[in-house]
Amino acid sequence: MYAYDEIDRTLVNERVSEFRDQVQRRLSGELTEDEFKMLRLQNGVYLQLHAYMFRVAIPYGTLASNQLRQLAHVARKYDRGYGHFTTRQNIQFNWIKLSDLPDALADLAEVGIHAMQTSGNNMRNVTSDQWAGVAPGEIEDPRIWSELIRQHTTLHPEFSFLPRKFKIAITASDHDRAAIKVHDIGLRLIKSEKGETGFEVLVGGGLGRTPFIGKTIKHFVHGRDLLSYIEAILRVYNQYGRRDNIYKARIKILVHELGIEKFSREVEEEWQHLRNSSLQIDDEVIEDIRSRFIYPAYEKLPHMPDELRQAAAEPDFEAWRKNSVAPHKNPGYSIVTISLKPIGAPPGDATAEQMDALADLADKYSFGELRVGHEQNLALPHVAKRDLPALWKALDKLGLATPNVNLITDIIACPGLDYCSLANARSIPIAQELTRRFANHELANLIGRLHINISGCINACGHHHVGHIGILGVEKNGEEVYQITIGGRADESAALGNLIGPGVKFDEVADVVEDIVEAYLALRERPEELFVDTVKRLGVEPFKERVYATR
Amino acid sequence: MPLVNGGKIADDSFVKLAVDTPLPESGDILVPAERFLSDADALLKRAGKVGVIWPNNRDIAELVPYLGKIATVALVFPNFRDGRAYSQARLLRERYGYRGDLRATGQVLRDQFVFMLRAGFDSFEVKKQADAEAFMLTAKRYSVFYQPTGDGRITALHRRMQLRHSEGVGT
Repeated sequence: MYAYDEIDRTLVNERVSEFRDQVQRRLSGELTEDEFKMLRLQNGVYLQLHAYMFRVAIPYGTLASNQLRQLAHVARKYDRGYGHFTTRQNIQFNWIKLSDLPDALADLAEVGIHAMQTSGNNMRNVTSDQWAGVAPGEIEDPRIWSELIRQHTTLHPEFSFLPRKFKIAITASDHDRAAIKVHDIGLRLIKSEKGETGFEVLVGGGLGRTPFIGKTIKHFVHGRDLLSYIEAILRVYNQYGRRDNIYKARIKILVHELGIEKFSREVEEEWQHLRNSSLQIDDEVIEDIRSRFIYPAYEKLPHMPDELRQAAAEPDFEAWRKNSVAPHKNPGYSIVTISLKPIGAPPGDATAEQMDALADLADKYSFGELRVGHEQNLALPHVAKRDLPALWKALDKLGLATPNVNLITDIIACPGLDYCSLANARSIPIAQELTRRFANHELANLIGRLHINISGCINACGHHHVGHIGILGVEKNGEEVYQITIGGRADESAALGNLIGPGVKFDEVADVVEDIVEAYLALRERPEELFVDTVKRLGVEPFKERVYATR
Repeated sequence: MPLVNGGKIADDSFVKLAVDTPLPESGDILVPAERFLSDADALLKRAGKVGVIWPNNRDIAELVPYLGKIATVALVFPNFRDGRAYSQARLLRERYGYRGDLRATGQVLRDQFVFMLRAGFDSFEVKKQADAEAFMLTAKRYSVFYQPTGDGRITALHRRMQLRHSEGVGT
């Protein structure tokens, strides 16, 4: 956990009072809706189909139990008793009243939570690996650097009015859980030959209507130069990114139009001016930030405690343990993923009661800490193995022990036409139907790792391009039509999925997915060959044949 | 449109010239970049101060040879969503060492003041009277700044370092 100091707290409070003043000026009519729109978007407030939607940042996915309790409080007091976790380590409240927003923000500020730059054309919430600091084999905790970037990007005087939104993600593990290749800037923490911390910097990744996988712009940027290098990229983008067409305004289009070589030359030239400036970070600064991350005092505990041995006789516990429990860097502990994807429910939602209960469980079993991942699930990052059976029982009572993490029912979906004013088609009902089709745990387990991503419009908030199976809802002649892609992935081998054929109607989507899955089960070389690997080996054709043979 | 200068509403001594407005004999003038560059020597010789209105899509480096001779640079915000002039302002102040007056023009509203001050602006053609009147109050809204810019405000990182060192004394 990062602990805010007085300086951080002051800034958050100053932002709350500024926003209160902005809302007041809107309510009094002093600001037009057009003027206010820009200001509310700088602070995570969208106007949706039915109400204002309020997006709150959970920087790099780290959350303390008291913060989660306060999110539950906001859900209960100002919303309809639930919140929705997003694919970028945010939580959204869908029914909040404009006049209540300043109070909700002030309540959140009490626990060091804010909504700064969770929307708008600025540098968005910095995201990272939800297992940061606990994953075995991690080079070092990327959250130190994430926090450095969080501070540097907050209310930035030069880059708060960019051509378009700008997202940064960081990972420090070989396995990329932060989807860095589909971010405007992706940072992979590495060590130089001399053992110095630095970053491989990727640029120009992104989804939306023109998806691109990010390209490496520099193989090694020393940690001390991280801010100046990011600043150089942003300065080039701020000046030359397109502002004539909102659909061509992301940095990926600039990188694509200039070519990565020319773009990187521009950045390099700018960086030569900036690298020896006050943006250079010395070790002392990094140590200061590190010192405000609180790490648990782990006990020396057995790798295989009696409690775990005994519980192994319980099949439901074992199914959950095998699915949701991952190795921790400390052998007596585990990382526990909490699926927010129960069968038949909207992906990523949690009720206020669940949030409160999870906060209690985090206090009891995870040193008061939780994580939020881009898959719209939560995690308890430091659970002693002896506590796993008790934790499972408690989660099961709360409806939070669905053993489907990374399985076909662990679906990522945007809010879609049920909430969003941009959507052309429904997403959540598709996800709900799919979870019912594959509700049988043995079947889902037999299929193995398979990510389905659903977006209700071309803006791709459900990251459909990088789903193993991607489902994109569009509107055609007044009807919802769904285009289906296969073979996408968002990890270190990120790739965009390929279309399997013509779009299908709402009622047919689940049938088509079943056909694709049946084809995979028949085609895979062995049970360990993942769906996405079979697609890579065989291409789209055999799946296409299977789906369209009878349609 | 009120001008805020030195934190207060002030008179604007400058007259803005279009590309083809006849040149007044005397008095302070603000000239579009193109006209200025094509006739800089003559303009700088006449009595009265000269300022340049620089568009946000033209390389500010072109103005560098004249920075010691002009009285003001007016940068343009065609609308408040368009933030290119923030970069131009910082380049002028921090890279090219410009110390003269730097004016924000266009859609300049209250909620941009702090960003603009931090980027190096010191005068503001404010769209709304009420915003101009609220300038001082708004400018003091924030006391914490995370980024180093040329405005000299101390950053959060440096404050922490100072605190650390002062706490370190005697321990």
